[in-house]
Amino acid sequence: MTQVYLPRTLAELWSYLEGKPEALVYAGGTDLLVKMRTGKVTAAPALICLERLAEIRDVRETADAIRIGAAATHAELLRHPLILTHLPVLTQALHTLGSPLIRNMGTIGGNICTASPAGDTLPPLYILRAEVELCNGETIRIMTIEEFITGPGATQLQKGELLTGVLLKKPVEYNFHHFEKVGQRKSMACAVASMAALLRLSPAGVIEAARLSWGSVGPTVVTAAVVEDALIGEKLSLETLAAAAGKIKQIVAPIDDVRATAEYRRSVSGNLLLRLLDARPPS
Amino acid sequence: MTIHFLLNGKKTTLDVAPDRRAVDVLREVCGLTGTKEGCGAGECGACTILVDGESRLSCLMLAAQLAGREITTIEGISDEGHLHPLQDAFIQHGAVQCGFCTPGMILSASALLNRNPNPSRADIRMGLSGNLCRCTGYQKIVDAVAATARREEES
Repeated sequence: MTQVYLPRTLAELWSYLEGKPEALVYAGGTDLLVKMRTGKVTAAPALICLERLAEIRDVRETADAIRIGAAATHAELLRHPLILTHLPVLTQALHTLGSPLIRNMGTIGGNICTASPAGDTLPPLYILRAEVELCNGETIRIMTIEEFITGPGATQLQKGELLTGVLLKKPVEYNFHHFEKVGQRKSMACAVASMAALLRLSPAGVIEAARLSWGSVGPTVVTAAVVEDALIGEKLSLETLAAAAGKIKQIVAPIDDVRATAEYRRSVSGNLLLRLLDARPPS
Repeated sequence: MTIHFLLNGKKTTLDVAPDRRAVDVLREVCGLTGTKEGCGAGECGACTILVDGESRLSCLMLAAQLAGREITTIEGISDEGHLHPLQDAFIQHGAVQCGFCTPGMILSASALLNRNPNPSRADIRMGLSGNLCRCTGYQKIVDAVAATARREEES
């Protein structure tokens, strides 16, 4: 039998962790409990569940930034006016994540720490230049999400450390947020490929700034300055996007698996760019 | 460990292993077999329960997480022998075939209607998108939920 702790405060959490440094921490349980059941994670000496930790569950804003508590559920973020107002690209991604049931349980911190190549919040968080706040009860480390995620399922999280918050600058310079995921069905499907985009379009439809990222087409989220540079200064048109699509197909590093072939993922990575034309906001 | 919680409106105290899955506690300890286990991995929604009114997967919750919560299973949704309007509508619309998904479907639908009493068909499809049905093709389930929403609005 494994002990299960449900700390209500960070102070309680640190004292549990001090007593049981090998304890496994989970929030929604939508990844860890499945892995324990399938034997991918073998029995832990103790489990710590973060569902009652109100301290790291809220969303706060300052003049130019948003801080999301790591234990905020996807459903809470999907409904949150601050996220909808300032980070619509994240809202769009959350709409496609799992199912209502998974969104009621899973958390943004869990999605980051699981570090799946197909994690739906990750492409938006990369282009939002999200930083993660890691705390061990004494010291706080802050690093970009790109530094934090080192490979499929691998992060820089150290033993005794907890991801406590996600820090984001409001992307005020972008007026076009877009996320699209291609999967085998709409709900409860891992992305075959996904793309997140932040663009600044001039009134004449010229792309003045661009940040793009792709999910499920490499060991971690793929970003490509070459593709962004190919868009900047050009009019948002099929020719512009097709040229950029040719470039991203060379850059992504997908694999064949049960969901799709690498070749298909490569095509979809480019074709997702073409969709920016249909998705652009009415001018 | 001893846990106290409200189960279908009744104060309940159980002595259970804290790492036992909630679905097993409900089915095997409490004898409430209306909650089904389909995939055991959060993919199918057959084990859906309401936790403080929100839909959750009881296969991905541990016994310790029940403590202090208000838990509703399919057995607790009807009122003193009267079917819940959703249960009635599922029967009227032929939305039940093998029945295995039905408890989870009804609990997800009830959480949806609590949050959005006047959902479009698209909202209903989205709201039930974590509950798989391999029999009905979903149309009659959506019809039943839409009819319940209309009925509640008229009354």
